[in-house]
Amino acid sequence: MRGLKLIGIALGGMLAASGAFAQGKTWTTVKIATEGAYAPWNFTAPGGKLEGYEIDLANELCKRMKVTCEIVSQDWDGIIPALNAGKYDAIMAGMNVTDKRKEVIQFSRPYGGEPASFGIEKSSPLAKLPHNGERFDLTKDEATAQKAIDEIKPMLKGKTIGVQVSTIHSNFLDKYLKDTITIREYKTTEQHDLDLLAGRVDGIFASGSAIRATFEKPDFKDYAMTGPRFSGGVFGTGVAVGLRKQDNDLKKLFDDAIASVVADGTLKTLSMKWFKSDITPQS
Amino acid sequence: MDLSFLAETWLALLQGLPLTIELAAGSVACGGLLAASLAGMRLSGSPFLGWPARAYVFVFRGTPLLVQMFLIYYGLGQFRPTLQAWGVWWFFREPSYCALLALSLNTAAYASEIIRGAILSVPHGQVEAALACGMGRWTRARRIVGPIALRQALPAYSNEIVSMVKATSLASIITLVEVTWIAQKLISQTFRSVEIFVAAGSIYLLLNIVVTRAVLLLEYWLSPHLRGAPAEPARLEAAHA
Repeated sequence: MRGLKLIGIALGGMLAASGAFAQGKTWTTVKIATEGAYAPWNFTAPGGKLEGYEIDLANELCKRMKVTCEIVSQDWDGIIPALNAGKYDAIMAGMNVTDKRKEVIQFSRPYGGEPASFGIEKSSPLAKLPHNGERFDLTKDEATAQKAIDEIKPMLKGKTIGVQVSTIHSNFLDKYLKDTITIREYKTTEQHDLDLLAGRVDGIFASGSAIRATFEKPDFKDYAMTGPRFSGGVFGTGVAVGLRKQDNDLKKLFDDAIASVVADGTLKTLSMKWFKSDITPQS
Repeated sequence: MDLSFLAETWLALLQGLPLTIELAAGSVACGGLLAASLAGMRLSGSPFLGWPARAYVFVFRGTPLLVQMFLIYYGLGQFRPTLQAWGVWWFFREPSYCALLALSLNTAAYASEIIRGAILSVPHGQVEAALACGMGRWTRARRIVGPIALRQALPAYSNEIVSMVKATSLASIITLVEVTWIAQKLISQTFRSVEIFVAAGSIYLLLNIVVTRAVLLLEYWLSPHLRGAPAEPARLEAAHA
């Protein structure tokens, strides 16, 4: 294995060298990966075209960064390794900034964020979860949030909750409700939505924006976002562009472009268009 | 590559092994029974039995297992009221039953062709000899055709069992926590895909080594006629002197 490591170091050196070379040139094309299954952030329209808040935003940012962009879709569970493997240069896939992710990639400044919540059938006993619609920030006031979690536990006892695998939402359930509920993890949020409809899970746990987008569909007219809303803590500090650690010049480009769309209100316009509410970062 | 991480991963992945084995064993057993019936239908000579069996094999062999699994799990999930009215929803509600069903239906299509080919390969002379001895249909099947066909089918069937062991990894897409599912989850937590997939692959490899050895043993046991005769004891020449 030592031999492999040496080759790795040699390759890394070559990459770093070419990277240094690349630093000299300016970015002309940027390949951005998105999931294409996380409406309204990013989704695949019936014709196969990628659409959503992040697609519009990516195009706008690229215009401001004066680069040509190519947007590709990539499965969620391999999206970070493939960035580091150089398959593309940036991730815009509703990805929240978390400490764990910061160990392997870096992030631009955030361009969105929404508290997480439960999606429940209106006729279900869980529809009466306490603290409905109240916001709890796990960073600012963990004690109050913990109290709210303890208060919803008795009702959730023994229920099955669907969540997308390796997301901040599954991390939350793992950390706070693991012993109370059965967690069933799905590859995409679309899949847990289908299983909620099929009655295989008692509820879903996801970002408020994703739940709202799903429940707008006529099939989901008997479902509603329910219970307390959580943010901060394991949820990280918002949704941002994921970038390789060494691409500091690209981070600067994205940071400036995001700052400019925040400043002139373009980001808010896009947010109203796709979310019908303001999900731009509050600071 | 970090050896202690590899070992840790291996142990974590082993937690998914019971489910992987259950799915593989369950689907090979249920699929095998279904395959035998399908082969019987094909060989019955009746078009009313033969054609449905042909259509079944055509459909299940011609479509990807991934698609079949999605259709059974998410597709049928959309017909919950109908399935509830029929009283079978309890079955389709469970991802493990759906996975078992998809795997069994799929393997049955392939295995029925293996069994059919094996039965057809029984030399005609042996069947005729059995007839000449006055054996009835069932005696013939039990004592002549069955054992010879089973021996013929084994090499191809072991292929099918091995591919079923690997196919269980597809159950990860319908939320079943088997070896591949745990591997993918670990990758998304640690971002170390090489070590984790190497560990996962080695588990399937070990499982399949056991499977292929077991089938080889069965094959050996069923084909005494292909082995050399045991060495004859040395003649007692002295007795003639």
